[in-house]
Amino acid sequence: MFKWLEKNLPKIVMAPAVGLIGWFVYGFVLWTLYISFTNSKILPKYELWGVGQYVKLWASRKWLISVDNLLVFTALFLIFCIVIGIILAIFLDQKIRAEGVLRTIYLYPMALSFIVTGTAWKWILNPSLGLQKMFIDWGFENFTFDWLVNREMAIYTIVIAGVWQSAGFVMALFLAGLRSVEDEIVKAAKIDGAGLFTVYWKILLPMMRPVFFTSFVILVHISIKSYDLIVALTQGGPGISTTMPALFMTQAAFHKSQVGLSAASAMMMFMAVAAVIIPYLYSELRRENAR
Amino acid sequence: MQDNLRASSYKQLEQKSKYTNMFLRWFLYFVLILFASYFIFPLYVMVVTSLKTMEEIRQGTLLTWPSSLNFDSWLVAWGGRGYGAGDTFLRPYFWNSIKMVVPAVFFSTFIGAMTGYVLTKWRFKGDQWVFLFLLFGCFIPFQAILLPMARTLGVLGISNSVIGLVLVHTVYGIPFTTLFFRNYYVSVPTELVKAARIDGAGFFKIFFKILLPISAPIIVVTVIWQFTQIWNDFLFGSTFSFGEAAPIQVALNNMVLSSTSVKEYNVDMASAIIAGIPTLIVYVLAGKYFIRGLTSGAVKG
Amino acid sequence: MKTLKIEELSKNFGSTEVLRKINLEIDEGNFLVLLGPSGCGKSTLLNIIAGLETINEGSVYIDDYNVSKVEPKDRNIAMVFQSYALYPSMNVRENMIFGLKQAKVSKEKIEEQLEKVSKFLQVDALLERKPSQLSGGQRQRVAIGRALVREPRIFLFDEPLSNLDAKLRVEMRREIKKLHQQLKTTVVYVTHDQTEAMSLGTKIAIMNHGVIQQNDTPENIYNKPSNTFVADFIGSPSMNLIKGKLSQDNDKIYFSTEGKNFNIPINNYNFDNTSQLDNKEVCFGIRPEHIYFKKSNENDFEITLRAELSEYIGHEQIMTFDYANQELLAKFPSTIKIELNKETKLYFDLTQISIFDSNTKERL
Repeated sequence: MFKWLEKNLPKIVMAPAVGLIGWFVYGFVLWTLYISFTNSKILPKYELWGVGQYVKLWASRKWLISVDNLLVFTALFLIFCIVIGIILAIFLDQKIRAEGVLRTIYLYPMALSFIVTGTAWKWILNPSLGLQKMFIDWGFENFTFDWLVNREMAIYTIVIAGVWQSAGFVMALFLAGLRSVEDEIVKAAKIDGAGLFTVYWKILLPMMRPVFFTSFVILVHISIKSYDLIVALTQGGPGISTTMPALFMTQAAFHKSQVGLSAASAMMMFMAVAAVIIPYLYSELRRENAR
Repeated sequence: MQDNLRASSYKQLEQKSKYTNMFLRWFLYFVLILFASYFIFPLYVMVVTSLKTMEEIRQGTLLTWPSSLNFDSWLVAWGGRGYGAGDTFLRPYFWNSIKMVVPAVFFSTFIGAMTGYVLTKWRFKGDQWVFLFLLFGCFIPFQAILLPMARTLGVLGISNSVIGLVLVHTVYGIPFTTLFFRNYYVSVPTELVKAARIDGAGFFKIFFKILLPISAPIIVVTVIWQFTQIWNDFLFGSTFSFGEAAPIQVALNNMVLSSTSVKEYNVDMASAIIAGIPTLIVYVLAGKYFIRGLTSGAVKG
Repeated sequence: MKTLKIEELSKNFGSTEVLRKINLEIDEGNFLVLLGPSGCGKSTLLNIIAGLETINEGSVYIDDYNVSKVEPKDRNIAMVFQSYALYPSMNVRENMIFGLKQAKVSKEKIEEQLEKVSKFLQVDALLERKPSQLSGGQRQRVAIGRALVREPRIFLFDEPLSNLDAKLRVEMRREIKKLHQQLKTTVVYVTHDQTEAMSLGTKIAIMNHGVIQQNDTPENIYNKPSNTFVADFIGSPSMNLIKGKLSQDNDKIYFSTEGKNFNIPINNYNFDNTSQLDNKEVCFGIRPEHIYFKKSNENDFEITLRAELSEYIGHEQIMTFDYANQELLAKFPSTIKIELNKETKLYFDLTQISIFDSNTKERL
């Protein structure tokens, strides 16, 4: 008996992790998938209903606004985070004196929760007492910055706060990437007569393709999951102008008693993430195995 | 190409490069400091606002330095105003978070370490698939499990409790902790384990006597990562608890959103700072481990 | 006009002196090897010649122009690195013409150079490939091509063969030698491998601790090492250095060691200074290759020693003998059988010896 125990000990030790993930991740996702095909309202019903929830979902104005917001947010979030991240990384790569301090400053927002971030920016963007008042008091009498309560512009406040939180992370990734390049390549470029800009633009940045992909995947992932930040900053408002899929899902389940609809929206989010992650994981694993 | 080497043009080359270099250097620092202000600005505003009275806030701007360092808002944020119902303050929820974070970090780290150990030092057929299986859990949007989890917690009788949150955070922390430990143990030479087996050490002995002692760096990274994730969580906290069992981020959000008669922005800011201090301290003290976790463990598929 | 001249060059990294008052000159077409152990400063010197490192004291002249403060791209040099440093995101063609494009050379000239060099190095079939798709030897050739295409005055090589396996290393070494013979370019080549240095160089500068120990032709370095460091560094196995004393009796000079009463007559040795030789403590140097098991020349000195060890390395064997409690190595063909732990007759070729002052380590 002991022999059997010993031989299978590794598998036994691994069982909790595998079992828990199997149940709480795969099992749960499948359950949600199932429910998305039912007509559950307050409580889950288990008789299949077909794709009705999905039809309802895509006919819902609120959902369409959510998706639209997500696309706008993701695009801007990606662009700004990556551009700012690269610029900061390149600048920091120039043997700056206060590099450690600056790095800490650029990265500390990542240590804060989205609620804290949202709360802080909500205050800063406060229409009457925040940035607007600051600029007016400084003499710019006609300055307005009421984006937070402006239906058209509110989504951009989320971009500002989101970029503030995550750009430092992209910078850390690119800085690590740039530093991993052996300096013989830079020496060769110098001898070939490349100026600083050319070295980065033609040689180093093209070598950063893997970092681009990783940043892209991680940022898209963060974006699709956006929930905390929206709740803290705008609660999806004004009205529903900044609502996002994650918000839609929670509200449908817990406020509108539309469990089936909520499940459908959750599955849409799941598929969106899968569409980005699966190709990435596949190519990463292939690279690792090819080595 | 011989023509390049002219004595006089050298002097010019030297001069020109000296001036452009200086200009570039200044430009560099300017941009870096500009961005630094963008990043520091909110922190500055939070701190300064929390130390002002509402009068001062209405009269001054975001940047105005407080006339005196008034810590009243901090006391209110932490311990409340003293009257009974309707008075929310952070203290009980701060402790909720602590009670939730400590066990969750411990269990998820421990399970991750053991699983990472098995996956790398006790290879078997298909272990890559098992790793992938677990890894997937890092990426799923949690919306896809909120509903069944809510039901399960209800069925187990632990919904709206700290224990329930511990369970949730432990389970969903496992993919990350396993990722970290697996990637770390992969680079530990198998010869160590083989030598130990030849010496007669068994499964657990090898783990505790050989791997664990050299795992300090990855343990730090994992603990910091888990601590930050769990302490900063809002989704699980707000979905699976409310009222007394809520963790601190949920409490913070409630305090800020509750529209009592007069909005007290200074209290809001103080609350935000209190909620953010633990992870901020961890970051300042052990920042490089934090970054290491971000850039290497989390990134390598 | 010297193609390269280095004058009183010194370089520190912080408080560590890496190069000390280096003086060096090369004529056009020469292949100078900077040879030495790790940390001797050879790579730093190369980087300084290239303009990749700053100078603390002294100057560098290329074709009599003082280039000490000039950017690498304006010095008319090209460099081949240990890891080849090919730009990973560009293909071979782009890699090779990158420098020319930066110098704003005309398109026609670029194509002309590219064709010439790529045909010459036989990489013309590889032009569209990326570096990751090339073998080690091919990458080497592309790296050399990248340097060749710019027609520089001086080629700099920084341990280019160290990353190759032994067989490929020997092949590429020969290719580099052939290249040099055909093109007659001026080369400065850094390596720690003395076989490479000896086979490739027309002049070798051996360095240690930031100082040039000897700057001479390979033959002279081999036959007349200027100090014990050089004697020991060159040769495999290195020169035997036996400690002992010189005694001078009128015109006759003898070398003797404690313990054994061999007195080796030192005649026909080119001493710098024949005074004060009596009782001088010296190291007697003789290479393992110059110890024979049969008398070959008139002047060979016969000596009987006990054999201790034999190491077989294929066509040769290295035998260790006991010389008054000091080790003496000798190289013989492996077909000769010498019994261990027995005394055997050996013959020293006295035309090939070196004598060094025990204290200064310098050649006498």
